[in-house]
Amino acid sequence: MTISKEALDEIALSEAEYRRIVEELDREPTPLELGMFGALWSEHCGYKHSRALLSLFPSRSPRVLLPPGEENAGAIDIGDGLAIVFKIESHNHPSAVEPFQGAATGVGGIVRDILAMGARPIALMNSLRFGPPDDPRSRYLFDGVVSGISWYGNCIGVPDVGGEIYFSPTYANNPLVNALCVGLIEKDRLVRSAVGDEGNLLLLAGADTGRDGIHGASGLASRTFEDDREMRPTVQVGNPFLEKTLIEACLEASASGHLRGMQDLGAAGLTSAAVESASRSGAGIEVDVSNVPRREQQMNAYEVMLSESQERMLLVVAPPDERPIRDMFGKWDIPCTSIGRVTGSAEARIYDGPDLVAQPPIEHLTNAPRYRLEGKASEKQLAARGYPMGKIPLPTESPAEILSRLVSAPNIASREPVYRRYDHQVQTNTVIAPGGDAAVLRIRGTTKGIALSTDGNGRLCYLDPYRGGAIAVAEACRNLSCTGATPVALTDCLNFGNPEEPEIYFQLEQCIRGIARACRVFSVPVVSGNVSLYNSTQDQPIYPTPVIGALGLLEDVTKHVSSGFDSDGLDVVLLGASEVRGRARDLSGCEYLDLVHEMVVGRPYLDLRLEQKVQGLCRRAIGEGLVCSAHDSSDGGLAVALAEACFSHHIGFVGQFPVLGRWDAALFGERQSRIIVSVSPGHLDSLGAIADEMDVPWTVLGRTQSKRELSVQGYFNVALDNLKEAWQSGLEAHPSSS
Amino acid sequence: MRFGILVFPGTWSDQDCYHAITATLDQPADLLWHKDSNISLDDYDCLILPGGFSYGDYLRAGALASLSPIMGPVKEYAGRGGLVLGICNGFQILCESGLLPGVLLPNVHLEYRCQWTNLRVERDDTPFSGASSKGDVLRIPISHGEGNYYAHADVLEDLEKKGQVVFRYASHDGAVTPKDNPNGSMNNIAGVMNARGNVLGMMPHPERCFEDLLGGTDGALVFRSLFESVAGRAV
Repeated sequence: MTISKEALDEIALSEAEYRRIVEELDREPTPLELGMFGALWSEHCGYKHSRALLSLFPSRSPRVLLPPGEENAGAIDIGDGLAIVFKIESHNHPSAVEPFQGAATGVGGIVRDILAMGARPIALMNSLRFGPPDDPRSRYLFDGVVSGISWYGNCIGVPDVGGEIYFSPTYANNPLVNALCVGLIEKDRLVRSAVGDEGNLLLLAGADTGRDGIHGASGLASRTFEDDREMRPTVQVGNPFLEKTLIEACLEASASGHLRGMQDLGAAGLTSAAVESASRSGAGIEVDVSNVPRREQQMNAYEVMLSESQERMLLVVAPPDERPIRDMFGKWDIPCTSIGRVTGSAEARIYDGPDLVAQPPIEHLTNAPRYRLEGKASEKQLAARGYPMGKIPLPTESPAEILSRLVSAPNIASREPVYRRYDHQVQTNTVIAPGGDAAVLRIRGTTKGIALSTDGNGRLCYLDPYRGGAIAVAEACRNLSCTGATPVALTDCLNFGNPEEPEIYFQLEQCIRGIARACRVFSVPVVSGNVSLYNSTQDQPIYPTPVIGALGLLEDVTKHVSSGFDSDGLDVVLLGASEVRGRARDLSGCEYLDLVHEMVVGRPYLDLRLEQKVQGLCRRAIGEGLVCSAHDSSDGGLAVALAEACFSHHIGFVGQFPVLGRWDAALFGERQSRIIVSVSPGHLDSLGAIADEMDVPWTVLGRTQSKRELSVQGYFNVALDNLKEAWQSGLEAHPSSS
Repeated sequence: MRFGILVFPGTWSDQDCYHAITATLDQPADLLWHKDSNISLDDYDCLILPGGFSYGDYLRAGALASLSPIMGPVKEYAGRGGLVLGICNGFQILCESGLLPGVLLPNVHLEYRCQWTNLRVERDDTPFSGASSKGDVLRIPISHGEGNYYAHADVLEDLEKKGQVVFRYASHDGAVTPKDNPNGSMNNIAGVMNARGNVLGMMPHPERCFEDLLGGTDGALVFRSLFESVAGRAV
């Protein structure tokens, strides 16, 4: 063996993997070939540790248009000849190193995934995790990430309609930045990421290629770091203006019918775009890197092939179509250059002028090793899960004090200070803006609407990865159901620590199994996704955090509801429980336990069948016009959910329900499968009748009132204005360090 | 009535304006490409410079677009008394072009803001506001990072004296207070016109609220005002 361990570490390949490459090539690889293998066999591109597990997800349904895993994003048939394309992707490691550009280019990257399918990007969402906001470095990362998303997303004219933000010390050194993009396209115009026939030309459109981002996939995203800051030069820098013009030019090109294929340049840059497209067509390619426009002098073939410079797309055209396509990009002043062609060989032949510098067989490049490891639950996790919950004392604080602390806690407080920095209205389709349970967009030219939600509770997944995974799916779908939308597909971003450690592999495997189980029960397929492993610094892994992005469909968008009470005198009903009873186990992993008792213990619980029925009832009640609002009881429990429902229209609530069992668990515990609805006047009996018919437990909680007070008889009676102010200022109460 | 909607690279409200105009007025609108320096604008009754980030707003918001080839014909059009409405980035471009006084600085809190605002109508005798009444409060959203209207003291005084301020940020009941100013604009100015009264720039986006499904319809009043003004003129 002629290669040093240091050189292999640089590209995150093991010695055994190197030996396999030598065997398959029957010779030593050239430096460029080794770089190409390193990139395509990285966890980020090759899914070495996750591919086998990901196959557990159900991925088909009558609405799924493309074979799963073969394209940049999943495509869902929504009728009327239209398809929704969507995907979520992580940009965690770049954001840890340089939060502004890391998050900005995360947005840019996911937008190009959607664009590569020929679809117009119509919505963005973000799921973010940081360390505590009073920690200066976490605050710096939080501010930088939000600013980067705002800067990039606002400039490209795609509305940012929601997402989530959570804080926990476990993310202090490994923030999570997951970006989701949704596209809309006529379904018979979907563009494939393939190269078609021999003789087709490869055109590179967009930004010049620089040295930024080399080893992004193999380095940053595929191993752990002691000090992220030294990796700063591997982070790319975005140009949202170019992205905006690239969107318009690519959509014009796609509409012209002259494209044979299109692929974005993301992780592993030109290497991955060209090789993976060729692989899908079973063809070979020839690329001459001397034709690639450069941003810097004296770049070598290795740097050009592995650069992750942003805002670049690979287009495939038949030779007669080269001129019209280049003219289209010329109209938008976007460079578009022929860099190679499709061949009949099975190799990726890379030339630097006259010199052949690499010719790896495509089959080997795209056939990354797959590892199936043995997972094992950690003792610490088992101890936390098995904690005797009955021993947790009742709090010394009053229910009113706890409610006020909870609504102003960073994990629950209003997200408005963040989302008002994102343009959430451009394209004028946003029906429910950020702040509700799910966003709703109308689909212009039809009666339909789509609903979007993201969800993933790291604390619950840490305590029980299987149930936590299932709960992530349940909550994401419940959020959709609270608008009236039917869940039709999911995308997932799996954020975990180092999978080579048995405890982490256990979390990964169990979470995936839990997600898969819930998907089967709800009949929703996972149609796209991304895996982000090695989220670990100095042996401190993050909570296992699968983020589920859910897509729902409303046949009639005018029949949606929001989460807030919108008038006084309405009956308020809890769906999913026949009484308000607090059991010690309802405290498992809840925000109240973490905030007040400073404990993360217990075993979360979910009854999938009940969940499915509750959601079905909620959708039916909305569709039949029986309810005016619906809000799920989640972070902070029932009391916080009631407070949130009061905030949006300054409507008060009087609760007259008996609190049974432990009052802290009844009011603040996070038992699943519960939805709070306000009932349209005169429809309480009909709602009760269909709940009974569908075998869903329910109970009346009280009534909305014009008086701005929130009360639960015997427990608290608080002024809504004060409570709302605490909620609104919760995120800002930790002043920025900048 | 025919509208011309300018499209610069980086413009993103062009389609939104197109939909708002066609939906509220059922009148034709054309998208006009910025490179077209020889275009005849005579066929248009009103030009709209929409929102977005023209040329990425690199250098300064609206600065590069103000030098774009189509701006020559636009200036001639405005000079002949043609109606020109600049929304958001369009307002910034009109200021950078010298078609409107003043300039839009970065928001005073240095953050981008996308939120609903209340606008008090200061004049109801302009082509941009005739369908509303003086003192009305319109609910129209903003979405910008640089909407902080600034003019030298003498310019500002002159604007106020001549009644060129058409819309001001206000409370829901029409009080003009610092609390209701979302970006630090002088005198809470949200929309201002030239002395002749045929060119208006406004930071809020009327094209974003022309139907109940989107949360409001007050934006339609701006387009209806333009239509009534042109229809009235034709009679």
